Amino acid sequence: MILKDLKELKEFEFLVDGDLNKEINGCFIGDLLSWVMAKGQPGDAWVTVQAHLNVAAVALLREFACLIICDGAAIAEETIEKCKEEEFPIIKTELSAYEVSKVLSKLL
Amino acid sequence: MLTKKYLVKEKDYVNAGKVSSLIKKELKTIGVDESVIRKIAIASYEAEINMIIHANGGEIIFSIDDEGVITLVFADTGPGIPNIELAMTPGWSTASDDARQMGFGAGMGLVNIKRYSDTFDLKTSQEGTTITLGFKVI
Repeated sequence: MILKDLKELKEFEFLVDGDLNKEINGCFIGDLLSWVMAKGQPGDAWVTVQAHLNVAAVALLREFACLIICDGAAIAEETIEKCKEEEFPIIKTELSAYEVSKVLSKLL
Repeated sequence: MLTKKYLVKEKDYVNAGKVSSLIKKELKTIGVDESVIRKIAIASYEAEINMIIHANGGEIIFSIDDEGVITLVFADTGPGIPNIELAMTPGWSTASDDARQMGFGAGMGLVNIKRYSDTFDLKTSQEGTTITLGFKVI
Protein backbone atom coordinates (compact mmCIF):
# COMPACT_ATOMS: atom_id res chain seq x y z
CA MET A 1 0.00 0.00 0.00
CA ILE A 2 1.07 3.59 -0.43
CA LEU A 3 0.38 6.67 1.70
CA LYS A 4 -2.23 7.87 -0.78
CA ASP A 5 -4.40 4.85 0.15
CA LEU A 6 -4.58 6.18 3.72
CA LYS A 7 -5.19 9.74 2.65
CA GLU A 8 -8.35 8.64 0.88
CA LEU A 9 -9.86 7.53 4.20
CA LYS A 10 -11.71 10.25 6.11
CA GLU A 11 -10.51 8.96 9.50
CA PHE A 12 -6.94 10.01 8.71
CA GLU A 13 -6.06 13.69 8.75
CA PHE A 14 -2.73 14.36 7.05
CA LEU A 15 -0.96 17.26 8.80
CA VAL A 16 2.03 16.82 6.49
CA ASP A 17 1.76 14.82 3.27
CA GLY A 18 5.35 14.11 2.27
CA ASP A 19 5.59 11.79 -0.72
CA LEU A 20 2.13 10.24 -1.08
CA ASN A 21 3.53 7.51 -3.33
CA LYS A 22 5.77 6.25 -0.52
CA GLU A 23 5.22 2.57 0.31
CA ILE A 24 4.00 1.44 3.73
CA ASN A 25 5.38 -2.05 4.36
CA GLY A 26 4.12 -2.73 7.86
CA CYS A 27 2.93 -1.26 11.11
CA PHE A 28 4.53 -0.79 14.50
CA ILE A 29 2.55 0.25 17.55
CA GLY A 30 4.42 1.57 20.57
CA ASP A 31 4.98 4.51 22.89
CA LEU A 32 8.30 3.49 24.43
CA LEU A 33 10.90 5.10 22.21
CA SER A 34 13.69 2.57 22.81
CA TRP A 35 11.39 -0.32 21.94
CA VAL A 36 10.32 1.49 18.82
CA MET A 37 13.94 2.16 17.84
CA ALA A 38 14.92 -1.46 18.41
CA LYS A 39 11.89 -3.30 17.04
CA GLY A 40 10.39 -1.04 14.37
CA GLN A 41 11.39 -1.63 10.78
CA PRO A 42 12.09 0.89 8.01
CA GLY A 43 8.93 1.41 5.99
CA ASP A 44 6.60 0.76 8.94
CA ALA A 45 3.74 3.09 9.77
CA TRP A 46 4.44 4.01 13.40
CA VAL A 47 1.28 4.30 15.48
CA THR A 48 1.67 6.10 18.81
CA VAL A 49 0.14 8.58 21.23
CA GLN A 50 3.53 10.23 21.79
CA ALA A 51 3.64 13.41 19.74
CA HIS A 52 6.49 15.56 21.09
CA LEU A 53 9.36 16.68 18.91
CA ASN A 54 11.57 13.74 19.78
CA VAL A 55 9.09 11.38 18.15
CA ALA A 56 9.86 13.01 14.81
CA ALA A 57 13.58 12.38 15.45
CA VAL A 58 12.94 8.68 16.11
CA ALA A 59 10.67 8.34 13.06
CA LEU A 60 13.28 9.92 10.81
CA LEU A 61 16.20 8.00 12.27
CA ARG A 62 14.32 4.70 11.97
CA GLU A 63 13.11 5.60 8.47
CA PHE A 64 9.47 4.85 9.11
CA ALA A 65 7.00 5.46 6.29
CA CYS A 66 4.88 7.78 8.40
CA LEU A 67 3.79 8.76 11.88
CA ILE A 68 0.19 8.08 12.87
CA ILE A 69 -0.82 9.83 16.09
CA CYS A 70 -3.84 7.90 17.34
CA ASP A 71 -6.62 8.44 19.92
CA GLY A 72 -6.76 12.14 19.00
CA ALA A 73 -3.64 12.79 21.10
CA ALA A 74 -2.50 16.42 21.11
CA ILE A 75 0.41 17.05 18.78
CA ALA A 76 3.07 19.62 19.63
CA GLU A 77 3.32 22.36 17.00
CA GLU A 78 7.10 21.91 16.86
CA THR A 79 6.61 18.24 15.91
CA ILE A 80 4.49 19.28 12.93
CA GLU A 81 7.06 21.96 12.00
CA LYS A 82 9.88 19.40 12.10
CA CYS A 83 7.88 17.01 9.89
CA LYS A 84 7.20 19.87 7.44
CA GLU A 85 10.89 20.72 7.34
CA GLU A 86 11.79 17.09 6.61
CA GLU A 87 8.72 16.49 4.37
CA PHE A 88 7.85 13.58 6.62
CA PRO A 89 4.21 12.45 6.72
CA ILE A 90 2.42 12.93 10.03
CA ILE A 91 -1.19 11.83 10.33
CA LYS A 92 -3.74 12.48 13.04
CA THR A 93 -6.65 10.19 13.81
CA GLU A 94 -9.30 9.72 16.48
CA LEU A 95 -9.06 5.94 15.95
CA SER A 96 -7.35 3.79 18.58
CA ALA A 97 -4.10 1.99 17.80
CA TYR A 98 -6.10 -1.24 17.46
CA GLU A 99 -8.54 0.35 15.00
CA VAL A 100 -5.68 1.82 12.98
CA SER A 101 -3.99 -1.58 12.79
CA LYS A 102 -7.25 -3.13 11.54
CA VAL A 103 -7.42 -0.57 8.73
CA LEU A 104 -3.76 -1.10 7.86
CA SER A 105 -4.00 -4.88 7.88
CA LYS A 106 -6.80 -4.70 5.30
CA LEU A 107 -4.73 -2.47 3.03
CA LEU A 108 -1.34 -4.13 3.42
CA MET B 1 40.73 10.33 9.01
CA LEU B 2 37.67 12.47 9.70
CA THR B 3 36.72 13.64 13.19
CA LYS B 4 33.74 15.69 14.32
CA LYS B 5 32.72 16.80 17.78
CA TYR B 6 29.19 17.60 18.92
CA LEU B 7 27.87 18.99 22.20
CA VAL B 8 24.79 17.60 23.98
CA LYS B 9 22.96 19.69 26.59
CA GLU B 10 21.57 18.38 29.87
CA LYS B 11 17.79 17.72 30.03
CA ASP B 12 17.37 19.00 26.48
CA TYR B 13 14.66 16.45 25.64
CA VAL B 14 13.31 18.56 22.79
CA ASN B 15 16.52 18.39 20.79
CA ALA B 16 17.34 14.83 21.78
CA GLY B 17 18.35 12.86 18.71
CA LYS B 18 19.63 15.90 16.85
CA VAL B 19 23.29 14.88 17.00
CA SER B 20 22.43 11.33 15.91
CA SER B 21 20.55 12.81 12.93
CA LEU B 22 23.61 14.89 12.01
CA ILE B 23 25.86 11.82 12.27
CA LYS B 24 23.44 9.85 10.11
CA LYS B 25 23.51 12.58 7.46
CA GLU B 26 27.31 12.58 7.60
CA LEU B 27 27.39 8.80 7.07
CA LYS B 28 25.03 9.09 4.09
CA THR B 29 27.27 11.75 2.56
CA ILE B 30 30.31 9.50 2.95
CA GLY B 31 28.34 6.69 1.28
CA VAL B 32 28.25 4.17 4.15
CA ASP B 33 26.03 1.11 3.59
CA GLU B 34 22.40 1.63 4.68
CA SER B 35 22.40 -1.38 7.03
CA VAL B 36 25.47 -0.03 8.86
CA ILE B 37 23.92 3.44 9.06
CA ARG B 38 20.81 1.95 10.71
CA LYS B 39 22.89 0.19 13.38
CA ILE B 40 24.86 3.33 14.10
CA ALA B 41 21.71 5.48 14.21
CA ILE B 42 20.07 3.24 16.83
CA ALA B 43 23.15 2.97 19.05
CA SER B 44 23.94 6.66 18.72
CA TYR B 45 20.38 7.76 19.47
CA GLU B 46 20.23 5.66 22.63
CA ALA B 47 23.58 6.92 23.89
CA GLU B 48 22.63 10.51 23.14
CA ILE B 49 19.32 10.10 25.00
CA ASN B 50 21.15 8.59 27.99
CA MET B 51 23.41 11.64 28.19
CA ILE B 52 20.36 13.90 28.25
CA ILE B 53 18.25 11.89 30.70
CA HIS B 54 20.83 10.57 33.13
CA ALA B 55 23.92 12.76 32.85
CA ASN B 56 24.68 16.46 32.55
CA GLY B 57 24.96 16.33 28.81
CA GLY B 58 28.44 16.01 27.37
CA GLU B 59 30.15 15.54 24.05
CA ILE B 60 29.94 13.08 21.21
CA ILE B 61 32.96 12.51 19.03
CA PHE B 62 32.50 10.86 15.66
CA SER B 63 35.45 9.62 13.66
CA ILE B 64 36.16 7.42 10.71
CA ASP B 65 39.68 6.20 10.01
CA ASP B 66 41.40 5.41 6.72
CA GLU B 67 40.42 1.74 7.00
CA GLY B 68 36.75 2.66 7.30
CA VAL B 69 36.34 1.90 11.01
CA ILE B 70 33.84 4.26 12.59
CA THR B 71 34.26 5.20 16.25
CA LEU B 72 31.74 7.04 18.37
CA VAL B 73 32.68 8.31 21.83
CA PHE B 74 29.98 9.52 24.22
CA ALA B 75 31.58 11.29 27.18
CA ASP B 76 29.51 12.82 29.95
CA THR B 77 30.22 14.32 33.36
CA GLY B 78 27.17 12.76 35.02
CA PRO B 79 26.99 10.83 38.29
CA GLY B 80 28.18 7.56 36.74
CA ILE B 81 26.45 4.18 36.69
CA PRO B 82 26.51 2.60 40.19
CA ASN B 83 25.66 -0.91 39.01
CA ILE B 84 26.57 -1.71 35.42
CA GLU B 85 25.08 -5.22 35.57
CA LEU B 86 21.66 -3.83 36.51
CA ALA B 87 21.94 -1.04 33.97
CA MET B 88 22.60 -3.64 31.26
CA THR B 89 19.50 -5.65 32.23
CA PRO B 90 16.67 -5.25 29.69
CA GLY B 91 13.80 -3.28 31.23
CA TRP B 92 15.78 -1.85 34.13
CA SER B 93 15.60 1.93 34.27
CA THR B 94 16.20 4.81 36.68
CA ALA B 95 14.59 7.41 34.40
CA SER B 96 12.48 10.15 36.03
CA ASP B 97 8.68 10.26 35.76
CA ASP B 98 9.00 13.22 33.35
CA ALA B 99 11.23 11.21 31.06
CA ARG B 100 8.97 8.15 31.24
CA GLN B 101 5.91 10.20 30.32
CA MET B 102 7.68 11.15 27.11
CA GLY B 103 8.30 7.50 26.29
CA PHE B 104 11.91 7.39 27.47
CA GLY B 105 13.10 5.05 30.21
CA ALA B 106 12.13 1.72 28.64
CA GLY B 107 15.27 0.22 30.11
CA MET B 108 16.53 -0.74 26.66
CA GLY B 109 19.12 1.98 26.11
CA LEU B 110 22.39 0.26 26.99
CA VAL B 111 21.00 -3.06 25.76
CA ASN B 112 20.35 -1.57 22.32
CA ILE B 113 23.69 0.23 22.27
CA LYS B 114 25.60 -3.00 22.89
CA ARG B 115 23.44 -5.07 20.53
CA TYR B 116 23.86 -2.74 17.56
CA SER B 117 27.56 -1.92 17.91
CA ASP B 118 30.48 -4.11 16.77
CA THR B 119 32.66 -3.14 19.73
CA PHE B 120 31.42 -1.72 23.02
CA ASP B 121 33.42 -0.24 25.87
CA LEU B 122 31.96 1.41 28.96
CA LYS B 123 33.96 3.23 31.60
CA THR B 124 32.12 4.81 34.49
CA SER B 125 32.95 6.55 37.76
CA GLN B 126 31.40 9.23 39.93
CA GLU B 127 33.03 11.79 37.63
CA GLY B 128 31.20 10.58 34.56
CA THR B 129 30.69 7.88 31.98
CA THR B 130 32.37 7.30 28.64
CA ILE B 131 31.02 4.85 26.11
CA THR B 132 33.15 4.03 23.08
CA LEU B 133 31.54 2.22 20.17
CA GLY B 134 33.16 0.81 17.07
CA PHE B 135 31.50 -0.08 13.78
CA LYS B 136 32.98 -1.81 10.77
CA VAL B 137 31.89 -0.43 7.43
CA ILE B 138 31.09 -3.36 5.15
